Amino acid sequence: MEQLLLLLIFLPLVGALVTTFSGTAAKHVALFSSIVSLALTIAVVCNFTPDASTQFVVNYPWIQDLGISFHAGIDGISIITVILTNVLIPLIILTGYKHEYKNGNALFALILFMQSGLLIVFTALDAFLFYIGWEAALIPIYFICAVWGGKDRIKVNMKFFVYTIAGSLFMLVGIIYLYLQNPAHNFDIQAFYNLNLDGAQQGWVFWAFFIAFAIKMPVFPFHTWQPSTYTEAPAVGTMLLSGIMLKMGIYGVIRWLLPIAPAGLQQWGYIVIILSVIGIIYASLIAFTQKDAKRLVAYSSIAHVGLISAGIFALNTQGMQGAMIQMLSHGINVVGLFFVLDIISSRLKTNRISELGGIAKQAPILAITALIIVLGTVALPGTNGFIGEFLLLMGVYQYNIWIAAFAGLTIIFGAVYMLRMYQNVMLGKTNDLTIGFADIAGTEKVVLYTICALIIALGVYPKPILQLSEASVQHLIEQVTQKLTSVN
Amino acid sequence: MIIDLVWLVPLIPLIGFVINGLGRNTFSKSLIGFIGSSVIFISFAISVGIFLALGSDVNKSHEVFLFDWISAGALHIPLSFLVDPLSAIMLLIVTGVGFLIHIYSIGYMHSDEGFGKFFSYLNLFIFFMLLLVLGSNYIVMFIGWEGVGLCSYLLIGFWYTNSNYASAAKKAFVMNRIGDLGFLLGVFFIFTTFGSVEFSKIFPQAAAMLPGDGTIALIALLLFIGACGKSAQLPLFTWLPDAMAGPTPVSALIHAATMVTAGIYMIARSNLIFDLAPVIQHVIAIVGLATAIVAAIIALTQTDIKKVLAYSTVSQLGYMFLGLGVGAYNGAFFHVITHAFFKALLFLCAGSVIHALHHEQDMRHMGGLRKKLPVTFITMLIGTIAIAGLPPFSGFFSKDEILAHVYVHDKVLWGIAVFGAFLTAFYMFRMLFLTFYGKYRGTHHSEEKIHESPASMTFPLIVLAILSAIGGIIGIPEVLGGSHWLSDWLEPVIKHTGESPDHATEYILMAVSVAGVIVSIGFAYFKYIKQSHVPVPDETKRPLLANLSYNKFYFDEIYDALIRKPLDVLSGFFYKIFDNKVIDGIVNGFGLGTTEASKGLRLLQSGNVGFYIFMMVVGIISLLLYTYLSL
Repeated sequence: MEQLLLLLIFLPLVGALVTTFSGTAAKHVALFSSIVSLALTIAVVCNFTPDASTQFVVNYPWIQDLGISFHAGIDGISIITVILTNVLIPLIILTGYKHEYKNGNALFALILFMQSGLLIVFTALDAFLFYIGWEAALIPIYFICAVWGGKDRIKVNMKFFVYTIAGSLFMLVGIIYLYLQNPAHNFDIQAFYNLNLDGAQQGWVFWAFFIAFAIKMPVFPFHTWQPSTYTEAPAVGTMLLSGIMLKMGIYGVIRWLLPIAPAGLQQWGYIVIILSVIGIIYASLIAFTQKDAKRLVAYSSIAHVGLISAGIFALNTQGMQGAMIQMLSHGINVVGLFFVLDIISSRLKTNRISELGGIAKQAPILAITALIIVLGTVALPGTNGFIGEFLLLMGVYQYNIWIAAFAGLTIIFGAVYMLRMYQNVMLGKTNDLTIGFADIAGTEKVVLYTICALIIALGVYPKPILQLSEASVQHLIEQVTQKLTSVN
Repeated sequence: MIIDLVWLVPLIPLIGFVINGLGRNTFSKSLIGFIGSSVIFISFAISVGIFLALGSDVNKSHEVFLFDWISAGALHIPLSFLVDPLSAIMLLIVTGVGFLIHIYSIGYMHSDEGFGKFFSYLNLFIFFMLLLVLGSNYIVMFIGWEGVGLCSYLLIGFWYTNSNYASAAKKAFVMNRIGDLGFLLGVFFIFTTFGSVEFSKIFPQAAAMLPGDGTIALIALLLFIGACGKSAQLPLFTWLPDAMAGPTPVSALIHAATMVTAGIYMIARSNLIFDLAPVIQHVIAIVGLATAIVAAIIALTQTDIKKVLAYSTVSQLGYMFLGLGVGAYNGAFFHVITHAFFKALLFLCAGSVIHALHHEQDMRHMGGLRKKLPVTFITMLIGTIAIAGLPPFSGFFSKDEILAHVYVHDKVLWGIAVFGAFLTAFYMFRMLFLTFYGKYRGTHHSEEKIHESPASMTFPLIVLAILSAIGGIIGIPEVLGGSHWLSDWLEPVIKHTGESPDHATEYILMAVSVAGVIVSIGFAYFKYIKQSHVPVPDETKRPLLANLSYNKFYFDEIYDALIRKPLDVLSGFFYKIFDNKVIDGIVNGFGLGTTEASKGLRLLQSGNVGFYIFMMVVGIISLLLYTYLSL
């Protein structure tokens, strides 16, 4: 069983190497590798017992002098993010199929590299390993955005890179601090959990980690790198960033921040929740009048992530479970949205909303699939988005009724900006630009059909996913509350 | 037992949706029409079976469990259905009226290129409406609740290339969502108060509680806000008149007979909760009455035949809420049923007129159609009498039941409500006279082409006309020698039904309302037949009140100025100033030093990507090697 996790983590790396040297067949090799990863993931899910334990554990001493080990495993929380990563990567690779990339082999190899980094982040049980994965995932996406992005990519990307690195440095300081506090002098997660830090210490650790995670997600007001980066990145880059990478921040909060610094949560959690809810309303309002569809979706993502973040910090089963399934749903839906916009911009060379319109008449299948994705995004019951938003709002509600009422505005505002965009892009009269718009075909169909099927399947029968994480989530909440009572 | 097969009732329309959805471009129109209608007919047949089985069963409440849908911690939401007298009768209305409207649509939509799409959407609507009706908890009800909203969105914007129609669709969805937030928050309160969202767990607890609890009042208020969105009450009613952009069968089915009554259904279902919140009941009565009057006043001057009916629907829904507010749950639900018959009929008749006149909806260009469209005329006359409330047509009984309860509750409310009923009679007969009497006011060329609608359209008209005429039979009050079958039938769900006045008073109330209605019809007759008055063109200046009425009290303009525009301005401010200048300015200030210092990094960007990948691999491999060497 241990081999399964090692295989899961390192297979994409091998795939990346082969992809680098396979010339024009690169995309096929990359796709093949990602599908094997997906198959491995299915094997992992099938062999996973849905209890609170950590399974498939690997633990090798690595840099012994510093107490660093290659320690990884999968519990009910990790498994959701592992599924997310390995389901989305093949889809994202497929979305790149119709593009003619310069040095395409490098691009596809970088995607697979990133996959490895992400999987390390999502399975690491050693803080150093986690940090390695954290940065290893950043480097490929940096290159993807910097090399294949839009015309402003260099400037925008520099900001993204510097901002995230700055955030990670805070986390690194936090990790080193914990390491020094740890009498065993290692980076083991369990040792970190067991540390007896007083309230003030936990407060500092809380902020050190939170800033890194908040920038990654991003949470208001740490979000200003995000809209430009999403807009300037190539479509695959935007999908990787929004679909998977931002979940590193969310996962980090759940895996590291809450159990290590619950007292910090107790002192500062309300500020985070308020910031998150401000972010929901603020980003939704900004999305109202965006002229560029990609930027609109970028802002909508800030709003959605705000709700996830609020749900987590509310620290109850509904909120946390909502966050788990919403991570998955948001990933699926946002990849779908960005792909629809990519299809439009690669045909028409624009994502400016005012220039579009009437595409539904020309491309009914694209319009239908896009509508399903929009409905998932606005959380219509029966779609995946509803399960997550319902549980998240219920979680926030149990924390504070008024905050929930404000957070709930997302279901109104989301409908406003999403349907505005849908109407102006898809409905109305066909214009000179959109006339002759070819409907989706081939790999485009495969991707969008898969996404729509997932949206409905998760919305109608979410139980298998909720069950995977429930025990671990409850365990985590107990662990945090217990530690809180012992600190007090 | 057939009740255990209740899941088939929504499932079969869903299958119809899938089949017609997939075959929309390949199947012939007759096949699509056949599939679309027959799935609803099968559901109707099963519903009849369920209704009969429930009638002969001593157990009046059956839960049919399908599967666990959402569960997280203490929260368990099963997908399960509740068959009881209330839902059983709603099943009959939804599938029965739904079936007739499907048949009608075969004729009405026959030349539309979106024929297949239309039928698949209609089937999907019926599916969601049945979920709404059948859900055994608030969340399954909410799936249907929002699902019908989606279908409404799709069907209002059916002719989406017209951007006004697409905007109307969006407006309907968004306004409903405002109500839906209320609904959701209400459900959260219910969960924390009762520990469940299941009706069967909540209502027994509520039945044992005493009125006056603040949380219960809040729950009632929030659920009512939800109902206001879906059932188009003040202040959330402005979407419904715009929803007339959809094809007329849609207006009949969704925006008159079924979906818009969901709010009343939900409150009637939750009657035990509302009984605990007298203050909120009072609010409901006032909002309902205000809506009834405002909409009736607007309807007085409208010139678009569908707009008249739309405002009349809003107004009638207001009466139903008035009934709910005074505790007359039976009366309100009775009015839901009769209204489903006569308002579906009226819309379909209007559709028949519009069809005959090639999409003319302005009554100023109609007139004298009585002879040309005899079936449409007779059936529409029946519908008009029914809504005006003349005995023995159905609307009389249901409206009078509500009014009688209102009288006991508060005589001032009754006075206003009865005045509204006179307005109803006036504007409905105004519509009838303008359409069917006098001289035809369209072009001579178009007059020759006017013809009665095909049998597929007139058949549903005739059936609905019969129902509108005799539908009141299910609720004839004792005072008129009936036994009020509906009250007995609903007794397991609705125990407390408010107080009725004594018999003598009830006779007087009836006499007053009937006399007033006849006088109103007389006014309409005098003005629109004797004087042959025709509403003035749009650009003519109107007196103040008429102007307010004609312009719908400027609700849309006010909402635009007070809500939409300020939000858009705020959006621009947040984006251009706050986000780009303030927050990002601070970030850039922080970042400047770092960026300067890290200029060296920039050089890397011009390099060869392959080289970096290679370096990364080297790095990773050397770390791995280090691991093995140090083992």
